Amino acid sequence: MENRFRVLFLSAALSMAVLMSGCSSIPFFGKKADTEVAEAPEQVIEPEVERRTIKKPKIDTEDFEIGAYAGVMSVEDFGVNTVVGATLAYHFSEALFVEATYGQTDTEETSFELLSGAAELLTEDERQFSYYNASVGWNIFPGETFVTRNRTFNQSFYIIGGLGSTEFGGDDLFTINIGAGYRLLINDIFALRLDFRDHAFDSDLLGEAKTAHNLVGRLGFTFFF
Amino acid sequence: MKLRLIVLTVVSLLAAAVCSDVAAREYREVEVADPFLEMHTGAGQGYPITNVVERGERVQIIRRKTDWFKVRNDRGDEGWVNIRQLELTLDEAGELTEIESVGRDEFLQRRWEAGILTGDFSGADTVSLYGGYSITRNLSVELWASQLIGNFSTGWLGTANIVHETWPEWRVSPYFTMGTGVIRTEPKSTLVSTPDRTDQVALVGAGVRAYVTRRFVLRGEYKSYVVLTSRDENEEVEEWKIGFGFFF
Repeated sequence: MENRFRVLFLSAALSMAVLMSGCSSIPFFGKKADTEVAEAPEQVIEPEVERRTIKKPKIDTEDFEIGAYAGVMSVEDFGVNTVVGATLAYHFSEALFVEATYGQTDTEETSFELLSGAAELLTEDERQFSYYNASVGWNIFPGETFVTRNRTFNQSFYIIGGLGSTEFGGDDLFTINIGAGYRLLINDIFALRLDFRDHAFDSDLLGEAKTAHNLVGRLGFTFFF
Repeated sequence: MKLRLIVLTVVSLLAAAVCSDVAAREYREVEVADPFLEMHTGAGQGYPITNVVERGERVQIIRRKTDWFKVRNDRGDEGWVNIRQLELTLDEAGELTEIESVGRDEFLQRRWEAGILTGDFSGADTVSLYGGYSITRNLSVELWASQLIGNFSTGWLGTANIVHETWPEWRVSPYFTMGTGVIRTEPKSTLVSTPDRTDQVALVGAGVRAYVTRRFVLRGEYKSYVVLTSRDENEEVEEWKIGFGFFF
């Protein structure tokens, strides 16, 4: 009997020792913890609900549209040639967007230069035609295009116009552009664009000052991000 | 060969960009609280409504284009919902969904601004690009690069400016500016050639900035330049221009 009590007391003492060493973080053991208790305000009711922290996943916004294009450009008096360029657009709303455009093309000799065999009007460098502009576009007639019976693509027709500068014939020329285009959305982020633009500037390159109209027809591929 | 390599790289990069977007993305989920939510086929009022989501159903918001949101419901139907309807849904906490939007508060807190203006520089047409940084709400620094296109000469103008906006909280707010820079003048190639010139300029000016919507501001300004020429007399030039800018 006495032995059994001794075993009981010993095991109790042992378990107390284990508890004390293992749970020194429990407030009433140790000095450091005592001060924590004194500082902490008394909590009468344990909160039953843990505050949930809701992390809202960000919504992917695609208001910018970047792209490249190729097409043909007719430079008044200087022939028709391939034009290549790039665009960057920002969409304010479903209807309105602004776009910066850059493009360049080569030009040919005028009919006069070819027929008369006279000295060339421009040097090789001056025949390079490059332009940039900032334009405002307006999406009108949004809708769907039925490519086949069951396959549709979203599309919209837009009109666009703006201001910029053209470098041609050794001069910079203030240029107004106006035109219209068609945007076919392949999916949410890729689009095909067909665009027709008139770039008009005042030029006295051929002696007399006149307004030259330079027409561009181009096909482009754009990416929304 | 080189071209093919470039094309391949571009295509694989694009594919990677698209795939990473699709894989393992967590979308925000909202619950429809109105009788129903209208899903359009495209991001615009002109695209037809082909689906509705009923009250109590949940949808995931996949992407945003301007004020339109592409959502997907539990059945896998997808469509575009206008912000006005989406703001009437409930979020996970059971409160009305809040959509982050850029407004006047962000405009007043803006740090960077950039834009394009066009107008008249003493008879020449000008196209100007600018970038600005706000030091305080009233004070900012701006860098301007302008192309000048005149009848007899063309040129470039680059300036650094300090801008003071006296009442930044006004919707149409006036500002005052001063700065310095250089102007380069090149006579037109069709005229008898005179040498190109580069001169220093100093300027003062005033203008107005109007907040329109989202990240968009309209600007109009007048600047008066003194061109410090190497000749006996300095030239005075007046410039006015209008245009728009973005802030971010």
